Amino acid sequence: MNDFIQHILNGLSLGSIYALIALGYTMVYGILQLINFAHSDVYMMGAFGSYYVAMYLGIDRQPGLSTLAILLGSAMLVCALIGLTIERLAYRPLRNAPKLNILITAIGVSLFLQYFAQAVFGADPKVFPQVLHNETLFNIAAVEVKTLDVAVFAVTIITMVVLNFVIYRTKMGQAMRAVAQNMRVAALMGVNPNRVISITFMVGSALAGVGSVLVGMKYPKIDPLMGTMIGLKAFVAAVLGGIGNLPGAVLGGLLMGFSEEMVVAYWSSTYRDALAFGILIVILIFKPAGLMGRSTTEKV
Amino acid sequence: MITRRSLGFVVLSATLALATGCTKRNKNEIVIGHFGSMTGAEATFGKSTDEGIRLAVEETNAAGGIKGKQIRLITMDNQGKAEEAAAVATRLIEQEKVTALLGEVASSRSLAVAPIAQKKKVPMITPSSTNPRVTEMGDYIFRTCFIDPFQGLVMAKFAYENLKLRKVAVLRAVNSDYSMGLSKVFVEKFTEMGGQIVADTSYQSQDVDFKAQLTQIKSAGPEGIFIPGYYTEIGLIARQAAELGLKIPLMGGDGWDSPKLFEIGQETINGNYFSNHYSNESSDPVAVAFMESFKKRFNKSPDGLSAAGYDAAKVLFAAMEKAPDLSGPAIRDAIAATKDYPGVTGTITINQQRNAVKSAVVVQVQGTTNKYITTINP
Repeated sequence: MNDFIQHILNGLSLGSIYALIALGYTMVYGILQLINFAHSDVYMMGAFGSYYVAMYLGIDRQPGLSTLAILLGSAMLVCALIGLTIERLAYRPLRNAPKLNILITAIGVSLFLQYFAQAVFGADPKVFPQVLHNETLFNIAAVEVKTLDVAVFAVTIITMVVLNFVIYRTKMGQAMRAVAQNMRVAALMGVNPNRVISITFMVGSALAGVGSVLVGMKYPKIDPLMGTMIGLKAFVAAVLGGIGNLPGAVLGGLLMGFSEEMVVAYWSSTYRDALAFGILIVILIFKPAGLMGRSTTEKV
Repeated sequence: MITRRSLGFVVLSATLALATGCTKRNKNEIVIGHFGSMTGAEATFGKSTDEGIRLAVEETNAAGGIKGKQIRLITMDNQGKAEEAAAVATRLIEQEKVTALLGEVASSRSLAVAPIAQKKKVPMITPSSTNPRVTEMGDYIFRTCFIDPFQGLVMAKFAYENLKLRKVAVLRAVNSDYSMGLSKVFVEKFTEMGGQIVADTSYQSQDVDFKAQLTQIKSAGPEGIFIPGYYTEIGLIARQAAELGLKIPLMGGDGWDSPKLFEIGQETINGNYFSNHYSNESSDPVAVAFMESFKKRFNKSPDGLSAAGYDAAKVLFAAMEKAPDLSGPAIRDAIAATKDYPGVTGTITINQQRNAVKSAVVVQVQGTTNKYITTINP
């Protein structure tokens, strides 16, 4: 029984990370119907950005809430700027090009970032600064619940709630939904689509930045290719939940985390990745709109 | 705009790569190739080995070289990938016309190169690939280290006799020849001695989350865990084991040997044990002399892989000096005849299977240094 509770906790904490990155995929897809494959590499750049900030400030061995805040802030800033740059230089010129061209560009940008990072930061793994003291907060049965796991889960849920608020309760959110519905008509109504899309990219990328710090504190080994697998898994999570749907992304992420954990716990780690992509195939065959998506989803 | 600029960059770098690739042949030098993981997940392996080899080359050159010729070392990076290792080794043989090859640390990379070296009759010595299959690839492939069955045996003996453990769990990397080989022998020997394997689970190298496996292991109630993997994962495993409250010794092989192990694992890795080629606390005069010159040259203490790289290079150079000429077959025969060579990592005698027969040490992690615990003989 203790084991099972422990597995649930492990799954929840892994799933939260998938969820957070899946939110970024979903945001961009909701507005542009573009799968931004460079998202996972923006996430990697966020990890390196905050790593170098911590090194520069000399706070890499001073865990605490202020360190967490500084690292989160710097990762979000780095990611937002990179997201903005990518949108301006790579996607905007192709705004009216066929979808396939933009998809291929996204893959190109992703590879560019990976190899750029290897050239600049070196390909050997770096150790992410210690962000928080990992202490036992409370016990469920005989299972210890640790600070890191709670922090990761809390940040994910807070992020989802804030995003939901921004999209459904603010003027910018209204503009985003308008652009998602119909870019041309929104423009006629006085919305500047380019500005809205830029902001969407910045917000989505900043989420990747948050994810990178959380992953860095949980699995403190960062390298230029760290985004590939986690990015693919988060993408599957977004599709599973219904891409374009925010709660769906979180649900999908949590489900992915759980199922991976259970497969490894009760079957074999060999099937971990096979399971993730198996889910993708099954969803695409039987419920292409995802668990929480309707076939005519209202996007973002 | 950006696409055109980056295209220009690609073309420029490709041209540069070609330009540096064209080397002039010099009659008065011997070219030796080293293929290693200078970047990638196990980058410290390649860097440490290369420093050991470099020191050996410099010492030999300073002492007059081999047969009056100077040695020129060409090191090529395989990024820690087997397919890349095959590519750079082919280039070393075909374009650079190397006389002999040194490398790799990881068995999977050596296995990718061995058939190529064998086919071209270029002698190859791996300093620290411990998988038995490496030297089985052909009679031009040698190693100056012990093999996995021995490391598995050493750790099984150590766990049973020194740590007095009776129930042990195994956590192995399913996609690593090295990890699977060590685990297999460990399990066989440990149960043979009377111990019990209470859990045998696996992970994939490059994984970052091991909590599921560790939770499973914890509930099996072992007294120790044998994890023969590489340092990148071991650091994370030690951390997550501590998070789950597993306070039992972790044990591994020479794949743990890297300063990064402590950086990633922090204090959670302290006090754990692994088998290695050599310890910095050795009092053997050959080892002490090596440590001193290494410190002087690189301004830091050598690790086991530097020592292994140094030995492999020195054994090769000694054989080349002894060989009647510098052709592949002549050098091959000379390496095969190596007997009682006083290496830093122990006395090296190449046996019928082209493996070195020598002892292993068990060390305990203490920060970035490793404390010598015991030596276990074959």
